[in-house]
Amino acid sequence: MTTHAATAQPSYLVDTGKRKGLLAWLTTTDHKRIGVLYLYSMISFFLIAMGVGFVMRLVQLTTFQKLITAQTYNALFTLHGVIMIFLFVIPGLPAVFGNFFLPILIGAKDVAFPRLNLASWYFFMAGAILAVLSLFTGGGAPDTGWSFYAPFSLKTGTNVSLAVFAAFILGFSSMLTGINFITTIHRLRAPGMKWFRMPLMCWALYSTSWIQLLATPIVAITLVLVILERFFGIGIFDPAKGGDPLLYQHLFWIYSHPAVYIMILPAMGAITEIIPTFSKRTIFGYKAIAFSSMAIAGVGSLVWAHHMFTSGMSNLATMLFSLLTMIVAVPSAIKVFNWVGTLYKGSIDFQPPLLFALTFIFLFAIGGLTGVMQGALAINVHIHDTYFIVGHFHYVMFGGTGMGFFAALLYWFPKMFGRMYSKKAIYVSWFPMFIGFNMLYFGMLILGMMGMPRRYYVHLPQFHTMHVVATVGSWLLVLGLLIYFGTLLYAIFKGEKAEDNPWGGVTLEWTIASPPIQENFETIPTITHGPYEFEQESK
Amino acid sequence: MSEHVHRDDFGARLGMWLFLVTEIVLFGGLFIGYSYMRYKYPMEFHHGGAELNATLGVINTLVLLTSSLTVVLAIVAVQRAEKKRAMAFLGTTLVLGLTFLVIKSFEWAAKFHHGLYPNSAHLATLPPGEQVFFGLYFTMTGLHGLHVIAGLSVLGVMLWWVATDRIRQDRYVHLENGGLYWHLVDVIWIFLLPLFYLAA
Repeated sequence: MTTHAATAQPSYLVDTGKRKGLLAWLTTTDHKRIGVLYLYSMISFFLIAMGVGFVMRLVQLTTFQKLITAQTYNALFTLHGVIMIFLFVIPGLPAVFGNFFLPILIGAKDVAFPRLNLASWYFFMAGAILAVLSLFTGGGAPDTGWSFYAPFSLKTGTNVSLAVFAAFILGFSSMLTGINFITTIHRLRAPGMKWFRMPLMCWALYSTSWIQLLATPIVAITLVLVILERFFGIGIFDPAKGGDPLLYQHLFWIYSHPAVYIMILPAMGAITEIIPTFSKRTIFGYKAIAFSSMAIAGVGSLVWAHHMFTSGMSNLATMLFSLLTMIVAVPSAIKVFNWVGTLYKGSIDFQPPLLFALTFIFLFAIGGLTGVMQGALAINVHIHDTYFIVGHFHYVMFGGTGMGFFAALLYWFPKMFGRMYSKKAIYVSWFPMFIGFNMLYFGMLILGMMGMPRRYYVHLPQFHTMHVVATVGSWLLVLGLLIYFGTLLYAIFKGEKAEDNPWGGVTLEWTIASPPIQENFETIPTITHGPYEFEQESK
Repeated sequence: MSEHVHRDDFGARLGMWLFLVTEIVLFGGLFIGYSYMRYKYPMEFHHGGAELNATLGVINTLVLLTSSLTVVLAIVAVQRAEKKRAMAFLGTTLVLGLTFLVIKSFEWAAKFHHGLYPNSAHLATLPPGEQVFFGLYFTMTGLHGLHVIAGLSVLGVMLWWVATDRIRQDRYVHLENGGLYWHLVDVIWIFLLPLFYLAA
């Protein structure tokens, strides 16, 4: 399958070792193969959770006669949340594109700890399998929602312990990947690849890795405490024994709020790669973007209690967290301005990755602004735990991270697989996806404003019309997603051979073969200029 | 893929330090919980601390500190290519670590004997703050104990590698990293001692 005539060395997709086929993939330490392993596993999980979401929307199509029981509905939204959060959006971009492209972008042959990298994938899969097992064993599928709030998570008879343990293992995988990336960026940059010559995806991954490192252990210990509480009754979250359920919420969100920046930062990084390539212009405000990534990582670690404004905190605490929440919007907005500034007066080459990148900006802006609304205390009390929050986080998590993931996949697909997909089919997939997305989640924003609480199995008649709109939107969205994934799957096997540099990009990955050779570079390049200098390349 | 010729001891140590950061944050979550609970129940923590055997706690501290010293001496011995001496020091570390665990288990057994363990009938009669104190005591010393066991396993492998010359004068970063981990286990204990044993 060598597609590159000038290269004597085989591509990373060819087995050259002792082991062949699946076994060669399962024992690989090549960062590119590990990235692809993550890609396949994550998209499978995404499709499962998408199916679950689809069923939940079907349930809301009627006001009373239901397809499933209320308990099943509780299990479904827990399952949807756990899979999407822990198996797709948190690890999504770093594990797939970070693994595949971080070493290439900085001119390295692999990550710093290749075997640890493979171990991380196995931890990931072990966690995923345990999460699935928790559905069918013990007291049945967990019904707590993905946040496992105490005291309910301590009292429910469902199989919370195993699900929580699965999340613990997944956290371990995430941490090890973070350690690997930080060490890689510190130690393996090619000669001349100074910090401010790195492509901005690397800065995004670097800040993400620090959050993974500093926040994940907190949720790990919190989840361990839930397990200990359930088995031994240690009493830390149990008011009857002097404990405090609010402590659980604090510990949980100390991780889980920074985790949303683990989700969004790499997506922003990918968008920052895509925009200059299709504007044929250097990025506007390189350092502003690099530092805003670090600022988001820093300030984003100090806003967790805005999830708890109605949980019973002091007024002073709520005001402080409200202020910090507003502040974190600033570095995010800096990035949006920089992207738009890059597009301005660029020579735009309109291709599918750019379409999805612009979709990302549009949807993320709505998600970000609704987030600022919720940071305001007075509004928060009104819309807390309503569909508004569900709509908001789908705009940022799906419209942001999800679309960022899809854009990154379209951008790097020809490099990863050496094949090009049908651009026309991707455009076709975009229309139902975009229209359905906004019907579904803007519908949720409206429902939340009207007062529809989240996680309810039934709804009152006055909410019915919007629920129908949202459900029809979900059909369009699923249709678009199926066309999208179908197109790419077809292209992996039957797509046309891709050129080495189909988009005219200037970062290092476009200087090597598609698909890359096993060692990435025939000779390690020496870097003499910044990452987005189109003027130099076009001479 | 062929084994990398590339070797980066600095990178390996950096990775280990980053891992230690995650360990510190892991215990950090428990320290946050402890601080909050102690602020809420100062008197109950005082009474709880009085139930613990401070003498055994201090002895265990000395045992662990000495074991950290012997790890360092083992590394120095490897650097000087004194294999037998390195093995002797590592062996001493293992013995000291096991001593720590034995003393710890006597302590735990005594607590169980007095009915001071989570969900026990006796503990339920005590005020809520003391119940939380013992919940935290068992959680934190238990988690620390698991780290001692993990550290001993790592150092056991190191001993094996020194014996088989996988760790030698020109290649000892694994031993350094194992030693770093052992120091972390030690440092965490140094915080646990005043928080629990000297709380009274």
